[in-house]
Amino acid sequence: MSSDAHHSGISGLGGEVLEHTDVKVSHCYQCGKCSAGCPLSEEMDYPPSVIMRMLQTGNPSLEDKVLRSFSIWVCLTCEMCFARCPMSIDIPKMMDFLREKSLNEKKANPKAKEIVAFHKSFLDSIKYTGRLYEIGLFVDYKTRTLKILDDLALAPKMMKRGKLNIIPELIKDRSGIAAIFRKSNKKNKN
Amino acid sequence: MSKIGVFVCHCGENISATVDCAKVAETAGKYDGVAFSVDYKYMCSDPGQSLIKSAIKEKGLTGVVVASCSPRMHEPTFRKACAEAGLNPFMCEMANLREHCSWVHEKGEATTEKAIDLVRILVEKVKYNHSLNEIKVPVTKTALVIGGGIAGIQASLDIANTGHKVILIEKDPSIGGHMSQLSETFPTLDCSQCILTPRMVEVAQHPNITLYTYAELESLEGFIGNFKAKIRRKSKSIDEKLCTGCGQCTTKCPVKKIPSEFNEGLGKRTAIYVPFPQAVPNKPVIDRKNCTYYIKGKCKVCEIVCPTGAIRFDQEDQIMEVEIGAIVIATGFTIKQPDFFPEYGYGKYADVITGLQFERLASASGPTLGEIRRPSDGKVPEKIVFLACAGSRDPAKGIPYCSKICCMYIAKHAMLYQHKVHGGKSYVFYMDIRAGGKQYEEFVRRAIEDDGVNYIRGRVSRIYEKNGKLIVNGVDTLLNAMPVEIEADMVVLATAGVANEGAEELAQKLHISYDPYKFFAEAHPKLKPVETNTAGIFLAGACQAPRDIPESVAMASGAAVKVAGLFSQDELTREPIIAVVNRQAPPVYSSCVGCFLCVSACPYQAIEKEEIKNRNGEVIKSVAKVNPGLCQGCGTCVAFCRTKSIDIQGYTHEQMYTEVMALLNEY
Amino acid sequence: MTLGFYPGCSLKGSSREYAESVLAVAKAFDIILEEIEDWNCCGATAAHNMNKELSLALPARILSLAERQGFKEIVVPCAACYSRLTVTKHELGKDPALKASVTDANGLGYSGSVSVLNIVQMLDKYVTPNLAGRVVNPFDHKVACYYGCLLVRPHEILKFDREEDPQSLDALMLKAGATPIDWAFKTECCGAGLSVSRTNSVGRLSGKIIGDAKDRGAEAVIVACPMCHSNLDMRRDAINSYLGEKIDIPVLYITQAIGLALGLDRKTLGLQRHFVKVSV
Repeated sequence: MSSDAHHSGISGLGGEVLEHTDVKVSHCYQCGKCSAGCPLSEEMDYPPSVIMRMLQTGNPSLEDKVLRSFSIWVCLTCEMCFARCPMSIDIPKMMDFLREKSLNEKKANPKAKEIVAFHKSFLDSIKYTGRLYEIGLFVDYKTRTLKILDDLALAPKMMKRGKLNIIPELIKDRSGIAAIFRKSNKKNKN
Repeated sequence: MSKIGVFVCHCGENISATVDCAKVAETAGKYDGVAFSVDYKYMCSDPGQSLIKSAIKEKGLTGVVVASCSPRMHEPTFRKACAEAGLNPFMCEMANLREHCSWVHEKGEATTEKAIDLVRILVEKVKYNHSLNEIKVPVTKTALVIGGGIAGIQASLDIANTGHKVILIEKDPSIGGHMSQLSETFPTLDCSQCILTPRMVEVAQHPNITLYTYAELESLEGFIGNFKAKIRRKSKSIDEKLCTGCGQCTTKCPVKKIPSEFNEGLGKRTAIYVPFPQAVPNKPVIDRKNCTYYIKGKCKVCEIVCPTGAIRFDQEDQIMEVEIGAIVIATGFTIKQPDFFPEYGYGKYADVITGLQFERLASASGPTLGEIRRPSDGKVPEKIVFLACAGSRDPAKGIPYCSKICCMYIAKHAMLYQHKVHGGKSYVFYMDIRAGGKQYEEFVRRAIEDDGVNYIRGRVSRIYEKNGKLIVNGVDTLLNAMPVEIEADMVVLATAGVANEGAEELAQKLHISYDPYKFFAEAHPKLKPVETNTAGIFLAGACQAPRDIPESVAMASGAAVKVAGLFSQDELTREPIIAVVNRQAPPVYSSCVGCFLCVSACPYQAIEKEEIKNRNGEVIKSVAKVNPGLCQGCGTCVAFCRTKSIDIQGYTHEQMYTEVMALLNEY
Repeated sequence: MTLGFYPGCSLKGSSREYAESVLAVAKAFDIILEEIEDWNCCGATAAHNMNKELSLALPARILSLAERQGFKEIVVPCAACYSRLTVTKHELGKDPALKASVTDANGLGYSGSVSVLNIVQMLDKYVTPNLAGRVVNPFDHKVACYYGCLLVRPHEILKFDREEDPQSLDALMLKAGATPIDWAFKTECCGAGLSVSRTNSVGRLSGKIIGDAKDRGAEAVIVACPMCHSNLDMRRDAINSYLGEKIDIPVLYITQAIGLALGLDRKTLGLQRHFVKVSV
């Protein structure tokens, strides 16, 4: 927890960003180098430099738009923006925080339904077995998204090449994993 | 019997906000030896000073303590006031109630108590003050100007025109600096060399200016009005008196492929060379690192073809000692090569160049005779992209400050390109446009409105080469950060302006301060831009911070006036706060035992040996003697002296002891 | 010579051939790679996108297990796992309060003493010094070395190679007898975790990568990350669809390429498991 947030005069979501990630949105001078290098900026509703600007304004309606944006979900955390930013602003870290907050406040963009579903299915899979069970992941994902037909042809091809395990790998300390999940979810409810 | 006057200043609210000034004055008034004590709102103002003067006259004061700001602020003011009232100025001391008390503490009793303590100890000290007289030293009326760019040239001419002598030294073979490399200057689009070269010639021909090129400062000693400089005249391997500048040697030299520094690596030069055709002096130098004779012992073609026999292979560097009274530093700046931006491909792709390289392409005397051509294949670029802030305003990789001149020269470059390549397309990726000078904003608007330069607000993420084109990936932040990709033929990077290599060493030789970026420090950023904290040394031009030509010229003239002002007096007065070795009556003569530890301790070589002789001329004892002209009053000798025989006037052992005891006795 | 080995979930399943080639190359140099006992999934992209505490606790458990087993160094061939483990080690090392809060959930003790090596670091340290003499079948092809995102960024934390135009894979391939080409997409993202949820984006991003490699005459693309391999190989249909043409350039793991240069058997290296036929 950075004590800067108390004195810096940044309020609202920008202040929370500072408190949880040490990223100070006032450092951004809107050069746009992040958006220029972002591989997915053309698919985003608000490219990263625009997200920074929205957070700089402290305007609650813009902050809401940030949490409801598609940008934060389609962001790949490829770290290209951070590598090139002249002010060394850790945008990927900020994106992780915005994503978590967006989920907790149930503001995830509907267009990101598949992306969020994939992450949830992934985590659900490892919660019970400790290691990823790909078939389990696919089944869970298709249940969540109803995209039954997508990639259906892929499964046999993968199986033919020995890339798909029928039986999940279970680790011994599954209760330890469950405990980790429990503890981290409890934190999120706060 | 002392009659001391205490004057406590409120300094507006600076002191009175946290210190009870009335109480301080009242308490001081009760001390033994204090004849007058008062507090007032602004002691440094006219009425404040009149208060002091009338008190001196009416009460017959023998000493004055002004309790106010730092002596660095107003000691001269109050000492002058005392002098005008007939009191020796060194009977006036200042208690610093502002920087040492009111500004650093909260309001309260403790703060006022501290203020009272500060006043008391100085009252006690002043009781032991003696009248002192200023020391006069002569002034050498010759100036040394280091650096022969536009700032150095201007300063030299201005000083020389006031009738004083100037020695101008320049480390390159010719004067002219970066201005001689430019093609045209903003905002007038004057041909740079056309306006510069007449001045260069004037410098060479001026009777009051002695010009040494290929020369650097070796060392400096002394103080204002009385410097001794050693100058290293690097060996040019030419006898300048015999050389006529005919150019036969440079034409015949077989080593022709050395990248030309003047052309920023875009052209080539020979080993014996004149940097550019309009060089002053127009005499060559031999680059020993690349000359076949110095490497292998062979060739000597230049010696063979020289009609006057001016080549001197055995010539050595010469060290010259000169006496000067003032120094103007005009060593300029350099650009930071942008190879630390691997994403822009500078150094990897031949067609990604710096702004200064673009100047050489655009210049009629450059490697392409003024045509804009790609270094890779010599073709004229149909699409050119300019990137602003390639190194400046970039804490992650470059430097955090703004280099000031780039917005203007980018507009100029884009305009020159449009004028030379009709139908060509130019783009500028910028973050802000800084065009604050006279006619500057209008100049940039011309580029956008009349010459059709495309300004895009956003930075470029990366540049890579594909099929002979440079793919520029940028963004337009004014259009919701829309990606902008341009297939360019050439990219020009606006590099950062940084301090010259060797700036730090030069500053240390001159004993002047410099900032973290190695730019030389001015004495006060607002009010003393051309002076340094070292008396007698002045600054002109971009060695202090990146700046354009009009500002460099203005600063150079400013520095010249300071020098002329210095030289307008025949003598300089120095403060008598210097060390003195005591003398006593015979048979002791002096408590000094002649160990001379002080002589080795003195950083200014200001202490000598003196022989005390009797009437018959026999030497009784050798003692130390301080040269009042050189002593800077640092006190190192006082700390070293084992017999306490040496003391600083105005800060004697007695005075210091009294201050400390005055502080402690209260408790 | 024994090193700790963290395969991660993909090396056990959809990128099994990577594990096969890593183990084959290690065996050829007498290096024993011992799997960390009872290792768990590091959480990959999903964890850090959804829950910070979880994204640190899962890798922390792995590091604690490695410590408990007495490993000084562990090899992590998957670039994403390498990134998560290194970032976790960095974050917990920086903030003692965070470390306490995260590691008390695993009840295993954590001191941050284990070194995390990516595949290139492992090869450079233990294989490269002896590689030159062992090459029997030089990999005499033009290769485009693809680093992806997480091997080289962010440099302040990973401190490996360099972010722009990295050279470590190129140097390795040179030693294996290949001709690494200079190309423009060494570190541009392949589309990462969007493989399932947004395959079109992967088609575009990976398509640009394959497209540039092809334009510059590459005969193979060399990778060091199972996610990148999956996107460039398994998703070749989406790539071809984006580029509007069918591209046959195979994608090999660095260890497969080195394995071939060492003369190891193609089946041992798992080359038959690829979607795009490995013609080199």
